[in-house]
Amino acid sequence: MRKVTLMILSTVAVLVLLFSYRTSTGGGQVSSARTAAAGGSTPGAAPDASGGTVLTGPVVDTRWGPVQVQVTVQGGKIVKVVTPQLPSGNNRDRQINDQAVPILVQETIQAQSARIDGVSGATVTSDGYVQSLQAALDKAGG
Amino acid sequence: MSDVLQRRVWVEQIMGMPVSVHLRGACPAGRPSFVDDLFAELRELDLLFSTYRPESQISRIADGVLDREDCDPVVTEVLELCASATVLTGGWFDVMLPTPDGRRLDPSGLVKGWAVERVATRLGERWKGDYYVNAGGDIALSSPSGEPWRIGVENPVTGGLLAVVPLTSGGIATSGTAHRGEHIFDPTTGRPATALRSVTVIGPSLMWADVLATAAFARGHGASNWVSRHEGYRAVVLSDDGTVST
Repeated sequence: MRKVTLMILSTVAVLVLLFSYRTSTGGGQVSSARTAAAGGSTPGAAPDASGGTVLTGPVVDTRWGPVQVQVTVQGGKIVKVVTPQLPSGNNRDRQINDQAVPILVQETIQAQSARIDGVSGATVTSDGYVQSLQAALDKAGG
Repeated sequence: MSDVLQRRVWVEQIMGMPVSVHLRGACPAGRPSFVDDLFAELRELDLLFSTYRPESQISRIADGVLDREDCDPVVTEVLELCASATVLTGGWFDVMLPTPDGRRLDPSGLVKGWAVERVATRLGERWKGDYYVNAGGDIALSSPSGEPWRIGVENPVTGGLLAVVPLTSGGIATSGTAHRGEHIFDPTTGRPATALRSVTVIGPSLMWADVLATAAFARGHGASNWVSRHEGYRAVVLSDDGTVST
């Protein structure tokens, strides 16, 4: 493990969530998170077999193509995230998916646990993804 | 009546990135005209400023076929802001980017924050509830209700979060190279800056937050201290060795 140093400015309430740092961002990510193509393409909420609620976000256009997420909520917690729609069609897209999807799934679960409204960062797809998650969670709240 | 603030979101793809508008507060059905106008104005600004469009005024100035005196007043305004930014950052923010054929005008590093701050401010003149506008990770926000927007700072290496920052006004911008394959150049060497993975700056103006993030990234080590020398601004920095500093 690398040494991690953290200083917290007293003027900012900063909650540090994650410090795992990997030197490789390439092939190390697993693609198994791209689990399912279940669910419809329209936003909505429906009960699933295990008693959770399946929330389907709208399709959000990102720079790399349309992204959609589907979240299963049980007892107020996200228990499963799948991506029914992702950019696909050529090798570059597949590469992006393999790298981006596990990140997106991880980010969604963290977004839920951290109750965030948005993300500042350099990853374009994550923004679209958060919107999509947000829409799904709004439906859960409504 | 519900105590939960009503919340609505719209997303459009503009300037090569998703731009989302979030509103919190009582809001009539349908997309409000001020949201339509926000997206429309961003598209118009993109036509003037895009470096990807050969017919944009910025491209024509860079090509030497349009005089700065003859361009749109907002283009003049932005070019003057760019000059100020270069001075204020001690040269670490520079719009003359190195290319294989020499340096070329590219004010994109300021235009995005400037444009988003501009349209968000106009939205705030017409919408008295809470809002935040997120353009590819650069965010301008306002929360008259006092309930902060909780903004996560992305860890570009893991895709997780470095921090969560509750904010009620101002802007937050991140500069980095991960995922996009783009570079931020060290203006002193003309080579890509490599000491840091990302710099996120929080402050009263999104445009200046964006400029400071870019300049701090180019400077490298000591970024958070350097940013906090600018009154009202602070940074969350991820170094190449995994160190996080704020």
